[in-house]
Amino acid sequence: MKFAVIRFPGSNCDQDCVLALNALQGATADYVWHKDTSLGDADAVVVPGGFSYGDYLRCGAIARFSPIMQAVQEFASAGGTVLGICNGFQILCETGLLPGALVRNKGLHFVCKHQHLRVESTDSRFTSAAQDGQVLNIPIAHGEGCYFADDATLADLRASDRILLRYCDSQGDTTAAANPNGSRDHIAGICNEGRNVFGLMPHPERACDPQLGPTDGLVIFKSLLNSHILQPA
Amino acid sequence: MKVHVTVLPKPSVLDPQGAAAAEAIRHLGLEGVGRVRIGKMIELELPDTTPEDEIHRISRDLLSNPVIEDYSISKQ
Repeated sequence: MKFAVIRFPGSNCDQDCVLALNALQGATADYVWHKDTSLGDADAVVVPGGFSYGDYLRCGAIARFSPIMQAVQEFASAGGTVLGICNGFQILCETGLLPGALVRNKGLHFVCKHQHLRVESTDSRFTSAAQDGQVLNIPIAHGEGCYFADDATLADLRASDRILLRYCDSQGDTTAAANPNGSRDHIAGICNEGRNVFGLMPHPERACDPQLGPTDGLVIFKSLLNSHILQPA
Repeated sequence: MKVHVTVLPKPSVLDPQGAAAAEAIRHLGLEGVGRVRIGKMIELELPDTTPEDEIHRISRDLLSNPVIEDYSISKQ
């Protein structure tokens, strides 16, 4: 399975993503520069974390107009797998591939720590290898990770089972204290209607190597690899 | 001409910066301060002939995010 990891000026998790993916059997990953206009023969796209264009104007606002994003939008419209991590999630929201937006953390501080997450749905190519309700421990690192969507959008996300991850405590309870950034409905990650585009604030690529701590991020990438193998050619 | 585009968070969106500033204003002894919202003002230099709808297009598609922000335009 070939992954294209998009590189914007200011991306800083692109190397982590490529390293984590290339370490997995059955996966290869390479960079695609934001000025490119083609994704080549990639099976999946990762929009990595960082500070694309210095977060000028709004996080992800300028990256959205990069030449490669046209190709990413076409790829997503055709059902292609797109994973947006942190700044990548912000970019996918700005692009309109995912609903809502990410705004300044409620506590105003940049939050960088390990965070528990509850798998809310395994009905996706991103979470199929997890158990329903499984609690993952994956790092977060963001200043603008407070998920906002209006009431109608939230109701739609819930009704269509598109909230894939919520912030929780170690017991799996979604308490106010366990919500690190004030996200509405404790949302940590959502997918689109077609369930082929997934955005999340936590960094699964930082939780793949046992030397660095928990390896709970692997379940996301393993889900993708499994789904790819099961896909009819 | 110069055009000022003012971008403010929608009333329904949490604005912790505004809340923190309101608290500081109270702390400085100004009573009765209500809601404070913090946004940004963008000054554009444009040809006088620029159509109004083009200014709106740029304000809506790039300078603001309609999901979380409202904008207003004022020509100087």
